[in-house]
Amino acid sequence: MPEKSYEARLAEFEARINRGEKIEPGDWMPDEYRKNLIRMISQHAHSEIVGQLPEGKWIPHAPGFRRKLTLIAKVQDEAGHGQLLYRAAETLGKSREEMMDELLTGKAKYSNVFNYPTPTWADVGIIGWLVDTAAVINQTMLAQSSYGPYARAMKRICYEESFHIKQGYDSVVALAKGTPEQRALIQDAIHRWWYPTLMMSGPPDALSVHSQLALRWKIKTKSNEQVRQEFVDHIVPQIRALGFDVPDPDCVYDERTGHYRYTQPDWEELRRVVNGDGPCNAERLAARRKAHEEGRWVREALAVKYQKQREVAAA
Amino acid sequence: MSLTIPSHIPLEHFKRFVLSMADDELVLGHRDSEWTGHAPILEEDIAFSNIAQDEIGHALVWYTMYMELGGPSPDEMGFLREWKDFRCCHFVTYPRGDFAYTVVRQYLFDVAEQVRLQGLLSSSVDALRSVAEKLLREESYHLLHSQGLVERLGDATPESHERMQRAVTEAFPQALGIFEELEGESFLVEAGAFVGNAALRSDWLKEVVPVLHKASLQAPVQLEAENVKVLVSPHEGGRRGQHLEYLKQLVDDMQQVYRLAPQSQW
Ligand SMILES: [Fe+2]
Ligand SMILES: [Fe+2]
Ligand SMILES: [Fe+2]
Repeated sequence: MPEKSYEARLAEFEARINRGEKIEPGDWMPDEYRKNLIRMISQHAHSEIVGQLPEGKWIPHAPGFRRKLTLIAKVQDEAGHGQLLYRAAETLGKSREEMMDELLTGKAKYSNVFNYPTPTWADVGIIGWLVDTAAVINQTMLAQSSYGPYARAMKRICYEESFHIKQGYDSVVALAKGTPEQRALIQDAIHRWWYPTLMMSGPPDALSVHSQLALRWKIKTKSNEQVRQEFVDHIVPQIRALGFDVPDPDCVYDERTGHYRYTQPDWEELRRVVNGDGPCNAERLAARRKAHEEGRWVREALAVKYQKQREVAAA
Repeated sequence: MSLTIPSHIPLEHFKRFVLSMADDELVLGHRDSEWTGHAPILEEDIAFSNIAQDEIGHALVWYTMYMELGGPSPDEMGFLREWKDFRCCHFVTYPRGDFAYTVVRQYLFDVAEQVRLQGLLSSSVDALRSVAEKLLREESYHLLHSQGLVERLGDATPESHERMQRAVTEAFPQALGIFEELEGESFLVEAGAFVGNAALRSDWLKEVVPVLHKASLQAPVQLEAENVKVLVSPHEGGRRGQHLEYLKQLVDDMQQVYRLAPQSQW
C-alpha cells in the first residue's frame, strides 16, 4: 500500500478535529500541532511551578491554623498541576528534564502574572480570587482542547482550582469585614493585580501568531479577547459587591453589548514581562535554579537507586 | 472546660504533656512547609507539603484538647503566645538545613511520634487513646515515606551517603532531646496516662539504630548485648522553655500577620 500523502493525512486529521474527536499520543499529527502543544503545555506547567513562589512566600506567615493549612495545600496543588502537565507534555515526546532546562535557562516562558511581587498578606487572597478565576476561565476552555491528554489534565486542574477560588474569596471576605487597615490591604492589592490579571489571557489575537493555528486545530476554542471579556464580566460585579473598585474609570457596563467595557492593558509591558524583564523574573528564576541545583544530588541518588532496583528485579 | 480527666491525674502536668506534643508538631510542620515550592523534585515537594499539613493538623488536634482542658484557643496558642512559652524540644526548631537533614529529622521524629502514640493506645485516659488511634493512621504513611528516603539516600551515591551521615551525626543528639523529662511526668506515669519518656527513648533507640545501620549510616551509639549505649548527650532545655534563637525567629515569622490585628478575623 502506498504511503498516504501529507495532504491526505492532514485532511483526515482536521476532519477528526472538526468531528470533535480527541487526538491521542500515538495518533498522526502535523509537526506544527505537536510543537504548538509542547510549547503551550510546557509553558503552562512552568507557570504552575513558578506560580508556587509568590504565594508560597506567605506560608510561614499565614495567620491562623485554617489559613496556614489551606495555603500549604493550595501551593502543593500547584506542584501537582505542574506534575500533571509535564506528564501531558511528555506524551508528545519531550522529557521533563529538557523542559526544566529550558525554564531554568530562560528559554521557555511562563505566565506573566507570576512575575509581580506579593508584598502583603492580602495578595494571597487576591491571587486565589482574581488570578485563579482568570485561570479557570481559560482552563475551562482548554478542557475542550482537541488533544486528549491536555484536555483531561485541564479537567482535573479546573476542579481543584475552583477550590482555590473559594478559599481566596473567603480570605478576601474575612479582610473585607475586618479593620479599615485590612480593607485597605485588599483595595491596594486589587489595584496592583488588575492589569497583570487582564494580561494573562494574552494579547489581542490579531497580534498573536500562535493563536491562529491554535484556534484552527482547536487546541484552544476561544480567542484571547473572548476569554478576557468573560473574566471582566464575571469579576467586576463581584469586586464591586464587596465595596471595592477596579483601577479603571472606564470600566462600565455597556447595555448595548451586554458586556463590561474596560481599558486595554499595556501590551508593551506584557511583552517585557514575558521576555524576562518584569519586576520579579530574576527572583523567580533564581529561586527555581537554587532548588534545582541544591536538589541535584537527591535526583541523582534516587535515579541510581531506581536503576539498582531494576537490575535486581531483572536478575 | 469540656474535657475531664480522672481526678487523680494532676491537671497542670497533664496539660504540660499535651502542650509539649502540640508544640513539637506545629514547629516541625512549619519547618517542613519551608520546602513547599523549593524541594529537589516535584514528587518530594508534594510529599513534604503533605507531611507539613499532617503535622500541623496533629498540632491542631492537641491544641484543641488543650483548649478543652481550659486553655486558650488553638489560634491564640499558635499565633499570639510568646516564644518563651512554647514547650517544643530544640530538635524541631533547627533550620531546615539541606534535604538530607530534613529527611533524617523527619524520620527520627516520625519514629518518636510512632512510639509515643503507640504507647498512648494503652493510656488510662480515654481521650489520649482515641487521639492516638486517629493520628497513628497518618503517621504510618509518614514513616513509610521518611524511612523509605533514609534507606534509599543512605548509600545511593558517595555524595548522598556523606550528606546523610553528616545529617545523622548532627541530628541524633538533637533528637534525643525529644525525650527530655517533663516536669511532673512521674505523676502521669504512675496514673498510667503514658509510659514516660525514658521508656519511649529506649523503644525509639531499638527502632532507629538498626534502620540507620541497614542504610549504611552510623548512629553515635555502642551496642552492648541487648542494650544500646548512647555516646552523645541530648540537646535538652526546650521542655523547660530554654529555647534557641531559632525558635524566636520562627515564631516571629509565624505570628507576623496575625499580630497586626489580633482581635480581628483573618
Ligand atoms: Fe494550578
Ligand atoms: Fe504528627
Ligand atoms: Fe510524622
